[in-house]
Amino acid sequence: MLTVSQLVKRVASPEAGGAAVEIVRVPELSLAAGEQVALRGESGSGKTTFLHLIAGILAADEGKIVIDGEDVASLGESQRDRAREARIGYIFQTFNLLQGYTVLENVVLGMSFGPGGVDRARARQLLERVGLGHRLHHFPRQLSTGQQQRVAVARALANRPKLVLADEPTGNLDRTHGREALGLIREACREAGAALLLVSHDPDVLAQFERVRDFAEINQPRVPLPRAG
Amino acid sequence: MTLPLIVYRSLRQHALSTLVTAGSIALAAGLLMVVWMVKEQSQKAFLETSTGFDAVLGARGSKLQLVLNSIFHLEASPGNISAADYDQIKKHPAVKAAIPLALGDNYLGYRIVGTAEELFTTVEYSPGKRYQLQGGGRWFAAGQREAVVGSFVAARLGLKAGDTFQPYHGLAFDAKAQHEEVYTVTGVLAPTNTPTDKVLWIPLSGIQTMKGHDPRTATDVSAVLIQLRSPTAGFMLDLMYNKQGNRLTLAYPVAAIIADLFGKIGWFDRVLALVAYLVALVAAGSVLASIYASMSARRRDLAILRALGARRRTIFGAVVAEAAVIGALGAVLGFAVYFGLLAAVANVIRTQTGVTIDILAGHPVLWIAPLGMVALCAAGGVVPALKAYRVPVAETLSPTS
Ligand SMILES: Nc1ncnc2c1ncn2[C@@H]1O[C@H](COP(=O)(O)OP(=O)(O)OP(=O)(O)O)[C@@H](O)[C@H]1O
Ligand SMILES: [Mg+2]
Repeated sequence: MLTVSQLVKRVASPEAGGAAVEIVRVPELSLAAGEQVALRGESGSGKTTFLHLIAGILAADEGKIVIDGEDVASLGESQRDRAREARIGYIFQTFNLLQGYTVLENVVLGMSFGPGGVDRARARQLLERVGLGHRLHHFPRQLSTGQQQRVAVARALANRPKLVLADEPTGNLDRTHGREALGLIREACREAGAALLLVSHDPDVLAQFERVRDFAEINQPRVPLPRAG
Repeated sequence: MTLPLIVYRSLRQHALSTLVTAGSIALAAGLLMVVWMVKEQSQKAFLETSTGFDAVLGARGSKLQLVLNSIFHLEASPGNISAADYDQIKKHPAVKAAIPLALGDNYLGYRIVGTAEELFTTVEYSPGKRYQLQGGGRWFAAGQREAVVGSFVAARLGLKAGDTFQPYHGLAFDAKAQHEEVYTVTGVLAPTNTPTDKVLWIPLSGIQTMKGHDPRTATDVSAVLIQLRSPTAGFMLDLMYNKQGNRLTLAYPVAAIIADLFGKIGWFDRVLALVAYLVALVAAGSVLASIYASMSARRRDLAILRALGARRRTIFGAVVAEAAVIGALGAVLGFAVYFGLLAAVANVIRTQTGVTIDILAGHPVLWIAPLGMVALCAAGGVVPALKAYRVPVAETLSPTS
């Protein structure tokens, strides 16, 4: 399903006088279809950057990211956009809901740019699945944080992704709601037949996964990173 | 489906600036269309009005004044000409028709003009069109105290066949200068959309013999409207009256004199058009500025849309489309401005000159101007759209930003 090999990302670092510094170097990582894997990592260890690379939001400098048989690392930007819309659902740390759009519209936009086209009935179903069937025409600011997170989950699944990437999806929730949200994400992915790659530093979250890997082992940039705390 | 949603939500989020910008575009589009249509139509109306007659003979003076006075019933008369002069031109072999006019009185500010019945019975005021009476009645009888009233005056003053009125002396209304004579309306003219509509017509002798008018000028006329048999006759008469003679003026050809007038006042509508173009430019600039100003607020939304799979060019297109929609909104509102303003202007022109502007007339400017505004706004949207196009997704989405 997902195979990452020899992946490298460098950025211009102000600390190094603008010189390129490696922040991601992942020799190998793979995920089977429908598999759920959690990556444990410190803050500033490059988790978000890694997920952005897989999603094609960032361009890789070296290596391969093969998703469903296609190497997205070798694609140009607009093809990566298309590949992302076609196969990937992304749950952001800060949800990143569109504030000017209703809950339903947020989910609809999650399926608007791909080949599948818009299916409003499916958008409603997804929102009902996450328990927001009665909040379709609310705006995100009218929802609680936990409800916003559930909109983000519904939106990530809108385009029938093969792979869902979740970046500290419970970072903004309290313990109880965090557990609930995580359960929902995992269940929804399982129902949808999507693989799940989640990054977190929260032991409570990580404890729920059968397969947890240390991001520090996976990611070995040549120049050590200054730890941000 | 998606693009309209993005454009709609964005416009809603910035509703105030959307409305203000659309309003200024409406003003520009409306102004542009009004300036254009008034120019086109008034020019056409004035030029067509003149076609009933080829020339005007009057006292020595300005040809333009003669034309304005005897055809448009504006301005003062340059003076009178004698009955002998009238007879001479009337009998001239090159002249097909010679209609005498005598002025000097008014009724409640509307001019009373003395003339011969032939004006109504033999002259086509525009090709194929003759004067007609509306709702029965008859033409006035020569030598009688009778009047045929132009449609505009009749409507304004509520005059109809059988009504009577007492003229006032002078071209301008003065309540103290009422004549003793009582005139009876015998008919009301059907609307012609020419200055004829705003005149009360009486027999020539009526003005000439009105009590209080100088008896020594009782056979004079103010001007003679002339139809020629051929254009060469015009040059002949021009030579005779204007070059060799020095008592009279022949205004010929009437159409050229009016066209000349438009040449002289042409700067006015050019200035108005320039103002409209500037307003249009400022409006397009404000589209650019208002969208650009909201750009930093939307960066995050745009980055999220990108992260959801929207291509750069979709984002670019959405911003340009948004600008175009603001332009289209303005163009639609512009028609409200257009009709309101044109109705007001048409009313002023009609009362002042008797020339009617058709508010509902079509003209290419009515789609060129609105489409031009939409295009201009879309062009104004390109700058912020480029900025949107360049929004970096990963950096913009990072939690700290
Ligand atoms: N565009 C960039 N330019 C320079 N440095 C960058 C850039 N993007 C990321 N970095 C650096 O790379 C490192 C990894 O960043 P990243 O956001 O991936 O960390 P993270 O593991 O997601 O952290 P957190 O758990 O706090 O979200 C950080 O030290 C950051 O400063
Ligand atoms: Mg992160």
